[in-house]
Amino acid sequence: MKALSENRKAALLSILILVVGCLIWEASIPAQKAVGELTEYELLTGGGQPKAGVPPPSQVLGKAWEQLSNPFYDAGPNDKGIGIQIGYSIYRVLTGYALAAAIAIPLGFLIGMSSVAYKALNPFIQVLRPISPLAWMPLALFVIQDSEMSAIFVIFICSIWPMLINTAFGVAGVREDWVNVARTHELSALKTAFTVILPAAAPTIVTGMRISIGIAWLVIVAAEMLVGGTGIGYYVWNEWNNLDLTSVIFSILMIGVVGMLLDSMFGLLQRTVAYTE
Amino acid sequence: MAKSFLSIEQLTQRYPDGQGGEFTVFENASFGIEKGEFVCILGHSGCGKSTIMNILAGLAEPTSGVVKMDGQHVSGPSLDRGVVFQNYSLLPWLTALKNVTFGVSARFPNWSKEKVIEHSTAFLAKVGLTGDAIHRKPSQLSGGMRQRVSIARAFANEPKLLLLDEPFGALDALTRGTIQDELIKVWSDTDQTVFMITHDIDEAILLADRILLMTNGPMAQVAESVEITIPRPRVRNDIVEHPNYYAIRNHLVHFLAQRSAELSGQAQTPDQQPTPVRIDLTDDAETEDPEPAKPVLRAVEG
Ligand SMILES: Nc1ncnc2c1ncn2[C@@H]1O[C@H](COP(=O)(O)OP(=O)(O)OP(=O)(O)O)[C@@H](O)[C@H]1O
Ligand SMILES: [Mg+2]
Repeated sequence: MKALSENRKAALLSILILVVGCLIWEASIPAQKAVGELTEYELLTGGGQPKAGVPPPSQVLGKAWEQLSNPFYDAGPNDKGIGIQIGYSIYRVLTGYALAAAIAIPLGFLIGMSSVAYKALNPFIQVLRPISPLAWMPLALFVIQDSEMSAIFVIFICSIWPMLINTAFGVAGVREDWVNVARTHELSALKTAFTVILPAAAPTIVTGMRISIGIAWLVIVAAEMLVGGTGIGYYVWNEWNNLDLTSVIFSILMIGVVGMLLDSMFGLLQRTVAYTE
Repeated sequence: MAKSFLSIEQLTQRYPDGQGGEFTVFENASFGIEKGEFVCILGHSGCGKSTIMNILAGLAEPTSGVVKMDGQHVSGPSLDRGVVFQNYSLLPWLTALKNVTFGVSARFPNWSKEKVIEHSTAFLAKVGLTGDAIHRKPSQLSGGMRQRVSIARAFANEPKLLLLDEPFGALDALTRGTIQDELIKVWSDTDQTVFMITHDIDEAILLADRILLMTNGPMAQVAESVEITIPRPRVRNDIVEHPNYYAIRNHLVHFLAQRSAELSGQAQTPDQQPTPVRIDLTDDAETEDPEPAKPVLRAVEG
């Protein structure tokens, strides 16, 4: 065992925890299994009070296999593959997020460079930032008159703040020595921004971007539950209405996996822009 | 009086003292530097050497007074004035080589990428950095190596005026010697002017044409301008044999140990230049009294 590296030990332990966890879960289910099937039957026949049972992991695994082997099927508005649903969610997240980044990063630069801009905009930021993104939803639906665009707007508004604040903070914190290097080399303002300030502030900016994408992915599920139609959030809600708990658990896991992938992309970006002084 | 290549006129720097008042780092400092001259400035820590250098670089505005280079007002930094900062100021996300090419491509925007790299590599080699070290980031280099990258960046730009703030402070004696020789070579091959801050008296005597002496702050002044009357080329081990060496050295040590404190705090008259001091024992020339009874008010090299 001594020969095993720390990472391998950790990986083995993770697998062990997973297996034991699933076994315990599986073992505690059998009594309910019948109930689950009955409930589905009752539901189909429209009779009885539905009492859903929690499905065992084997069933979730089966569901995952079934869904992931054909993720992009489209059989009408209420029956689309998990790939299509996740695709819609990612599309909304990335659109809202890209709009937010396009505004937050240049604006953050401005705020970080000029203390007047900072002082002028700070009160607005302080009031707008703590608002729950979903609180904007009714207003967005009323003004925009489009559920799709409203969901994107909610993503926009929730992901703008961490990027804005971190960019401003990172830019304001760039060491004067480095700016002086740019000055002694007579770099133009634009060149200084791109070759000195941006790389110097990049780790802080990317941290803000990483926080934002995490929040955006949290919010999209809730937003889609509200606006309906498509997306992973809607899918969860729809399967709950169908009392298909297996699908609910499966989609919860998928939300986690996609969130992790988005986060690790930014983790990778963070590592490429990192530097040690 | 003839205008010097670089003329510093009535420079005053005050800072808030943190208690609502002000303190004066130096007042009415005036001196000149000729083209091609190598000038060192000596003074105790905190007397305002780096402050003067930042003003010469155009990075800081003095409270009052002007700096002129080639008759032009210095207002803001320029590629004609290369700086080696006291804390190196390398960009930590760039490799050693890229830190130098950063400067070179700003200085010579028309050069091809290959030429920029070739030029930068050559200057890194001059300060003893070759091989894979030049592809490492500053955080992966030793303090002395970082300092050398910073020196290479300034040298590679071949500025008219080189401003060096304790450029060899973090180097061991051997490397220091090599780079001092390299600096002298670069300087004598060109018509560059060098203004260098140092704490090392022997280094100053070895390198400088003239040493400016600053009294202690606050209210520091550039009190004396000591000519180094030892002919070039100077060889590190041989100059100590020169009859003037210890006379000059003793004068400098005496100033720093005693007179820098005694003279401190005296306000300068607006046009006062540092007192020129020439110590030469070789041709029975008269040695100027290190402590003149009354200050000789005349321009440097007058
Ligand atoms: N931005 C500033 N605000 C207030 N005081 C300052 C500022 N910069 C420098 N000083 C003060 O000015 C004086 C001179 O500082 P300076 O850095 O020029 O000293 P120095 O001669 O270079 O010292 P050293 O040899 O230690 O580098 C010091 O007393 C310092 O505290
Ligand atoms: Mg200093």
